[in-house]
Amino acid sequence: MGIIKATKLVYDYLKYGEEGQEPEVNRAIDQVDLDVKEGQFIAVLGHNGSGKSTLAKQINALLVPTEGTLWVDQMDTSSEADVWRIRQKAGMVFQNPDNQIIGNMVEEDVGFGPENLGVPTEDIWKRVDESLQAVGMTAYRRQSPNKLSGGQKQRVAIAGVMAMHPRCIVLDEPTAMLDPNGRKEVLKAVRKLNQQEGVTVILITHYMEEVVFADDIYVMDSGRIVMHGTPREIFSQVDLLKKYRLDVPQATLLAHELIQAGVPLKEGILTREELVQELTGKEIRIPKDAVSGHKAQETEAAESPAARPGKTAKQPVLRLEHVYYTYSPGTAYEMHALKDVNLELPQGQFVGMIGHTGSGKSTLTQLLNGLVRPTDGTVLFEGENIWEENYPLRSLRSQVGLVFQYPEHQLFETDVLADVCFGPKNQGLSQEECEKRAREALKHVGLGEEFYAKSPFELSGGQKRRVAIAGVLAMNPKVLILDEPTAGLDPRGRDEILDQIASLHRVRGITILLVSHSMEDIARYVERIIVMNHGEKAFDGPPKQVFAHYKELETMGLAAPQITYIVHDLKEAGLLVDTEATTVEEARDTILSALGKRGELC
Amino acid sequence: MLRDITIGQYYPVNSVLHRLDPRVKLVSTLIYIVSLFVFDSIIGYVIAAIFLASMIKLSQVPFRFMVKGLKPVVVLLCITLFFNLIFTPGEAVFSIWIITVTREGIQLAVRMGIRLVFLVIGASLMTLTTTPNQLTDGLERLLKPLNHIHVPVHEISMIMSIALRFIPILLDETDKIMKAQTARGADFESGGLVRKVKAMVPLLVPLFISAFRRANDLAMAMEARCYHGGEGRTQMKPLIYQKRDYVAYGIVWAYLAVSIVFRVLGI
Repeated sequence: MGIIKATKLVYDYLKYGEEGQEPEVNRAIDQVDLDVKEGQFIAVLGHNGSGKSTLAKQINALLVPTEGTLWVDQMDTSSEADVWRIRQKAGMVFQNPDNQIIGNMVEEDVGFGPENLGVPTEDIWKRVDESLQAVGMTAYRRQSPNKLSGGQKQRVAIAGVMAMHPRCIVLDEPTAMLDPNGRKEVLKAVRKLNQQEGVTVILITHYMEEVVFADDIYVMDSGRIVMHGTPREIFSQVDLLKKYRLDVPQATLLAHELIQAGVPLKEGILTREELVQELTGKEIRIPKDAVSGHKAQETEAAESPAARPGKTAKQPVLRLEHVYYTYSPGTAYEMHALKDVNLELPQGQFVGMIGHTGSGKSTLTQLLNGLVRPTDGTVLFEGENIWEENYPLRSLRSQVGLVFQYPEHQLFETDVLADVCFGPKNQGLSQEECEKRAREALKHVGLGEEFYAKSPFELSGGQKRRVAIAGVLAMNPKVLILDEPTAGLDPRGRDEILDQIASLHRVRGITILLVSHSMEDIARYVERIIVMNHGEKAFDGPPKQVFAHYKELETMGLAAPQITYIVHDLKEAGLLVDTEATTVEEARDTILSALGKRGELC
Repeated sequence: MLRDITIGQYYPVNSVLHRLDPRVKLVSTLIYIVSLFVFDSIIGYVIAAIFLASMIKLSQVPFRFMVKGLKPVVVLLCITLFFNLIFTPGEAVFSIWIITVTREGIQLAVRMGIRLVFLVIGASLMTLTTTPNQLTDGLERLLKPLNHIHVPVHEISMIMSIALRFIPILLDETDKIMKAQTARGADFESGGLVRKVKAMVPLLVPLFISAFRRANDLAMAMEARCYHGGEGRTQMKPLIYQKRDYVAYGIVWAYLAVSIVFRVLGI
């Protein structure tokens, strides 16, 4: 028997009514069978609400099965006597880095688990030393957790579990709230534990790139395991995965598209190296019509918002001139968040902004709608200085809408419609006008009438997020700034929100500034990219131009889209592709035409 | 902003005082406060001042840093002095309108002023040299006897230490929600009291929800790491008295003895 084994596992959430009626039953896990061998790296994929987290909590005995049995290291999780031993054997790391650190100092937090287990003091110190070493956090052992980055906090959380000497570690979306660098750090630490210490890993995630190294992947949908196999087996079924609201790594998607176009590649390519190898390593013959057949689609692609610059008017709505911003000036904690930033946002542009955490992005977004006042320099809205005396700042804020990160946390009203009305009401509009605006805004984000009377707290994460975006939209802003609108959403949820934003830009002509960590999203939607680095504007231009500097971007802790790397690798390997391609479609077309040309030469 | 308050915020240097056992510092602070009320003469206050000054010197915390942290207390101090000054009956020195200042009033005010200033500096010296965690540990150990009368000492100290960890996080969150609602046109500044209270709803509701969510998450994370109360728990940093701690105790008790002798002799 493996270290974790489940047979016919069922778990029901019971929701009790206010007047003691029969509880409402929600089946979160349905007939799940699981068999994990010691030392394996297992990934569980699934969209938000598919039952992944509930499954994870079962393994840690935080929840016990309604039906069926789950064994952890031969112990039945429903036997109460073993509960502490099970939790010690199968440690758990949660999603939110802030909410799982108990200690006020890194080393004290790592020691928390062993303290609870009653480990003698000298042994605790030994375990803490080893665990911090294993995740590379020894240098920070005396720091306060509040001073660490998200990725570092998650590594501390992992060390905290490791110090309990578990045989298995369950990670419930540990990277969902992190930036790309944090994700890389955490993943590296997890893989190292798996390979060097032989700890069994169960990683729950919806980032496809993270699981290509897994030994085994389970895909969950509405509480059931719907797919199970090696990464290659799973990712070769692109269409099925999309049905389950997931996607595949970019390299796999590109390979899939090429196969559809008639290029004879093997299915289930996982990494960029593999794809480049496949495309250049051997002679590939493609049917003649594959190349010409895609010409038609190229013109179609030109219709996408990203591919039509020049259509925008040149008059800037917002302008920053020599803007500086300093936190706590004159004290020991003085920090320059922005240094001499000059920026123009023309009416109707779809702009993307990237930069690592702490590069000044957030400060910049808050400057644009007058939430913070620049230490020096001017902010101009439609040519007027917003910090002049008597400038109507509140009306500015309704014209420059700002959607914060995790905006669903700011919902507070009793029903959805009232919450969306909050903005317009503050503008001083009549009740009817407010509701009209709110309905319109909700329609734009794809929420129908059935949601109006619901409490915002009953909705799913993605729906809450949309209500919050509608709340800003209802003020009819001319400019909409969104800070990481897709953070924590599953792939389909992410695409839906981004498509709605793109349609807002298209239909209502709103100027959009999208702040994102995902280069793929940025490349797909925006017509211009601003790159922030250490409080300064590093690059500003069309995506292709910016991503051509992918080596400089890397030194700033950023990266270009996966596709950029693939086309550059292909070019180096001798295939005459256009290295400006940044999206899967563009790459497919340029690869097809390059392969076609090579075919003609032969 | 709320975060700028530095009164008694831990000052990280590695002095003798920093290294002392938190229990010693707690008890000593208590003794010092008692001594301030035992002393009743100018010489007494001079001794208390010398004692305090040498402790500050030992702590290696810059005096300026300490004074900066005291600013919020000044208002309180002034109010206390003012009331002492005008409400003490006795021989009138001068009077303005209906306020009469007496000789006894001046004496009492000066005495209270000195005591209060010394008290606040002494107490903040403790928090400046002791991390919040050490403090809760120290309190837990000192109050352990109360366990016998069913006071949940371990739980209280755990609650305190978690509260300390989450204060900065919740302050950050308040700031964020406030900004987010301001971006939606909320106005937290203008208007009368009723409007201001009403304006807090969009801030407080999300804040409470978030606090509950965090509490829930944290409870789960603690359970997942086998937390089950104080029973059978070992400590990573148990409090063990060192030689220096006994020396410190000796000095402090001697100091208290001096103050009592002075009082008895009436010096």
